[in-house]
Amino acid sequence: MKPQLNLSMKILVVDDFATMRKIVRNILKQIGFTNIVEADDGANALSVIKQEKIDFVVTDWNMPNMTGLELLKNIRATETAKDLPVLMVTAEGLAENVVDAVKAGVDNYIVKPFTAETVQEKIEQILAKRSANS
Amino acid sequence: MNVEFINPFLSATIGVLKTMAFTEVQAGKPFLKKDKISRGDVSGVVGITGPPNGSMSLTFSKDCIVEIVSNMLGETFQEVNDDIKDAVGELSNMISGTARNDLGNKGYSFKTSIPTVVSGPSHEIRHMCKAPTIAIPFNTKAGPFVVEISFENGAPTGG
Repeated sequence: MKPQLNLSMKILVVDDFATMRKIVRNILKQIGFTNIVEADDGANALSVIKQEKIDFVVTDWNMPNMTGLELLKNIRATETAKDLPVLMVTAEGLAENVVDAVKAGVDNYIVKPFTAETVQEKIEQILAKRSANS
Repeated sequence: MNVEFINPFLSATIGVLKTMAFTEVQAGKPFLKKDKISRGDVSGVVGITGPPNGSMSLTFSKDCIVEIVSNMLGETFQEVNDDIKDAVGELSNMISGTARNDLGNKGYSFKTSIPTVVSGPSHEIRHMCKAPTIAIPFNTKAGPFVVEISFENGAPTGG
């Protein structure tokens, strides 16, 4: 059974490209989410996570300065944020990348290009798994 | 040039534009491009590290890219501004990444760089190596664009 999505949960979208942040934001709004914030790199994302109550993170993999994988590791190492659900967006679904991300504790990933349906499906899968494990 | 190597870029271009920009494109006949002058108004260039090393670029006419980005973002654009350039970078990133995935499944191992974007009339595209450049012309309802691929020592011949 599909979980009931909490459409007011606060979602942080992290990507160095404004275009992709806008695409993801548009998709999340299309799904029905209303509380969306953005960060243009990993360091800013960590700052937002420490200052605001974020419920879910959608992050790009390939970013300068701090990659999505490094951001994920930082989140998992931050006591107040370590349990945050993280969905990784990547242009490269290479097996070694996926293994690295899973080892670092990613909840799920999406390979570009993607549709709105795929994003919704992945978010639902993550929340259902989290709900089943809690 | 090895068709097995060109096809991933061709199918990645078609797939990315269809999925992310709801744009149908038609591929034309590839040709050998001997100069650095772009065939459009704005280009994204991605370095590819192998071996072999190389690069790919996407060059859009203004009319074509404003239509594509308008479709992608659900906003109306008229000119090649910073939003359009950012989108060209992201499209380059997605197409090179998708092609890299495809080649990875065939046993080739590549890394791709963060894209650079160049614009302006008759701007130059500097590929990473001096090898011949294969250009694939595409057409859309809004206008043409070109994908260029260049690899040192030509394309690899086996996986």
